[in-house]
Amino acid sequence: MVSEIRDERVRSVSRLSRLLSRPELGAAAGTVLVFVFFAITAGNTGLFSAKGIVNFLEVSAQLGILAAPVALLMIAGEFDLSVGSMIGFAGILIAIPAVFWGWPIWLSLLFTFAICGGIGALNGLAVVRTGLPSFIVTLGSLFMLRGLTLGLTRGISGRTQVSGVHELAQNDPLNSLFSGQVLSGPIAWLANLGLIGKRADGMPAISGIPVSIVWWIVLTLACTWLLTRSRFGNWIFAAGGEANAARNLGVPVARTKITLFVMTALAAALFAAIQVLVTGSADTLRGTQKEFEAIIAVVIGGTLLTGGYGSAVGAMFGALIFGVVQMGIFYTGIDTDWFKLFMGAMMVIAVLFNSYVRNRAMRSR
Amino acid sequence: MFSLAKLIKPALGLLAGFTMMAAATTLAAADETRVVFVTHGQSGDPYWSVVKNGMDDAAKTLGVKAEYLAPETFDMAKMGQMIDAIAASKPDGMVVSIPDAAALTTPVKNAVAAGIPVIVIDSGGSKLTHDLGGLLFMGQDEFQAGVMAGERIKALGLTKAVCANHEVGNSSLDDRCAGFAKGLGVDVPVMNGVIDPTEMKNRVIAYMTAHADTQFILAVGASGAEPTLAALDEMGLSGKVKTGTFDLSPTILQAVVAGKMEWGIDAQQYAMGYIPVAMFDLWKKYKIMPIADYPTGPGFVTKDTAASVIELSKQGKR
Repeated sequence: MVSEIRDERVRSVSRLSRLLSRPELGAAAGTVLVFVFFAITAGNTGLFSAKGIVNFLEVSAQLGILAAPVALLMIAGEFDLSVGSMIGFAGILIAIPAVFWGWPIWLSLLFTFAICGGIGALNGLAVVRTGLPSFIVTLGSLFMLRGLTLGLTRGISGRTQVSGVHELAQNDPLNSLFSGQVLSGPIAWLANLGLIGKRADGMPAISGIPVSIVWWIVLTLACTWLLTRSRFGNWIFAAGGEANAARNLGVPVARTKITLFVMTALAAALFAAIQVLVTGSADTLRGTQKEFEAIIAVVIGGTLLTGGYGSAVGAMFGALIFGVVQMGIFYTGIDTDWFKLFMGAMMVIAVLFNSYVRNRAMRSR
Repeated sequence: MFSLAKLIKPALGLLAGFTMMAAATTLAAADETRVVFVTHGQSGDPYWSVVKNGMDDAAKTLGVKAEYLAPETFDMAKMGQMIDAIAASKPDGMVVSIPDAAALTTPVKNAVAAGIPVIVIDSGGSKLTHDLGGLLFMGQDEFQAGVMAGERIKALGLTKAVCANHEVGNSSLDDRCAGFAKGLGVDVPVMNGVIDPTEMKNRVIAYMTAHADTQFILAVGASGAEPTLAALDEMGLSGKVKTGTFDLSPTILQAVVAGKMEWGIDAQQYAMGYIPVAMFDLWKKYKIMPIADYPTGPGFVTKDTAASVIELSKQGKR
C-alpha cells in the first residue's frame, strides 16, 4: 500500500504555519496598522466614506496595476526602470493617432499595446543577451523613451499635451473597458438606502466603482495564479533564486525573463490607457517616477530586492498602503507642507512592522 | 563574383558629398545670426513648449539659427555650466532665465564680460537683469500677477481660498501662491499636489472634503488646473466652488468658456521666445536694441475672450 509509506522527502506543515510564512503576511499586517492609524486620526473626516474609499482605491489601483507584474519581474531577479517613461510614451501613442490621424480609439489602443509589448521584449532581449544588469539597461530605456515621447509629441503637435480624447472615445467599443464604472446598479441601490452620502448638488457621492480597481484586482489574482499555480511561476522563482542552477535544471531562464519584461511593459500601457481615457488627455510627463513607486509598493509587499522571494498579493497590499497614506494625510488636516515627511515616516513604520511580523512568524515555525 | 569595391565606391562618393555639404553649411552659417536659449524649463513642460515654439517660428521667419537648451532637472549648477559652455561658443546673442540669482550671477556676468549680449526672460526680474549687465528683461512678474489674481477674487467677495500647487519647491509657482495671498489680503493655505493627474484630482477631492468651506481654488499651472476641474466635476461642485489658473491649455479655455473657471492667466510666453530672436537679429545687423523692459503678462483670459484663444492654444501659440 503506497499511501501508508510516508515519503521521507515531504515534511508535513500545519496550515497555520504555512499561512504565517507567506510573504504577504507582513504587508497585510502593515496595512491593518495604517488603517488603524487613520481610523484614529481621520476617522470621521470622510476618508472612510464611500467617496473617500473610492478616492484612495483609485490611487492604489493605478499603482497596483503596475506593481503586480513588477513584483513577478523582481522575484525573477530583474528590475524594469522604464515603466514610468513607458506610461508617458504609451499615452502619447494612444492620443496622437486618435487626435491627429483620425484613427478610431480601439485601433490606437491595439497599436499601443503592440508597440509597448515589443519594446518590453527588446528590454528583455537586451538584458538577457548582453548580460548587463537590468538596472542599467532599463535605465537607458527610461531616458530614451522619455526623449522619444517628447520629440514625437512636439514634432507632431507642437505642444506637450494632447487633449480632446474624450470626445473621440465617447462611442468607442473599448472605451468603457478602461474608463468606465462598474456596479452602478448596486451602488444606486445603496444610495437609495442612504448609505453612500450625497454630493453638494444632491446626487449620490459616487455612481459606481472605477473600472481601474477591477483591473487591479484581476491582474493581482492572475499574477498570483501564475506565480503559485503554474509551471511558469516555478520558473520565475527559480530564475530569481539562482539563474545558473535553474538553467542547468532545464528552466528556460531567458524566455521567462523576456516574458516578464513584456508583461511590465503591457501593464504600463494599460496604466496609460486608463489614464488617457479617464482624463481625456495625454502628456509627455505622465508616469514620471512611477517606476520608483511600483518598486516601493512591491518591496513594502514583502518581495526581496534580490529576487527569489515575494508575492503579487503582497504588492497589492503595498499599493494599498501607498494609496491610503497618500490620500489619508489630506483628510487629517495636517498642513500639507509636512506631507512628504509624514509619508516617508509612515512607509518606514509600515515596512518595519511588516518585517517584525514576518520575523516573528518565521521564528515561531 | 560579389565585389566589395563596387559597394564601397558609391559609399565613399556619398561621404565626400556629405562632407562638402557640411562645409558649405558651416560657411553659410558664418554670417547667419545665431541665438541660444538657456532656460530652466525643459521643452517638455507645457509652458516652455510655447516659448520654444515662439523661438522656432521666429528663427524660421527671419532665417536665424536658434538653439534651445535646458537642464534635465531643476539643477542650477548644471545650468550655470551650460551658460559657460554656450558663452564660450560665441553666439550672437544669448537668452537666459534666472530662477536662482545666487547660482547664476557669475556665469551670466562672465558671458556679458565676454562680450555676449544677454536678454533675460521669464524669471530674474528687471533689477537683477540690469545689475548683471543684461540688455533687457522680458516676462511676467509672477508675484505681481498673483497679486492681481488675488485682487480679482477679493472683488468677488470671496475670502476662503486655497492654492493648489502641483510642483511645490518651484519658486515661481511659490511666488504665484504668495502674491495671490497678498492680493486677497488673507492667509491662503497651499495644497501640496503632484504632476500625476489621477493623484492630483484625488488630492483636491480629499482637500475639499476636509475643508468644505473653501470658496476658491487657485491652480498655478495647466497640470494642476485640469485635475482640479475634474475633481470639482466629480464632487458636483462645478461652478459653485470657483476656480482660476495660471497658464492656458485647450481644456482650461473650454472650461472658461463654459463658465466652470473664472479665468486663465496668460504670461504670453510665446513672445519670450519670438521677440528676443528678432531683437538679436536686428542687433547683429543694425545694432538696434529696445531701451526698456518688456512685460509680456499677465493677460487675463476670461469668458469673453477665451473662445477666440482656443484654436491658438491647440497650435501651441498661447
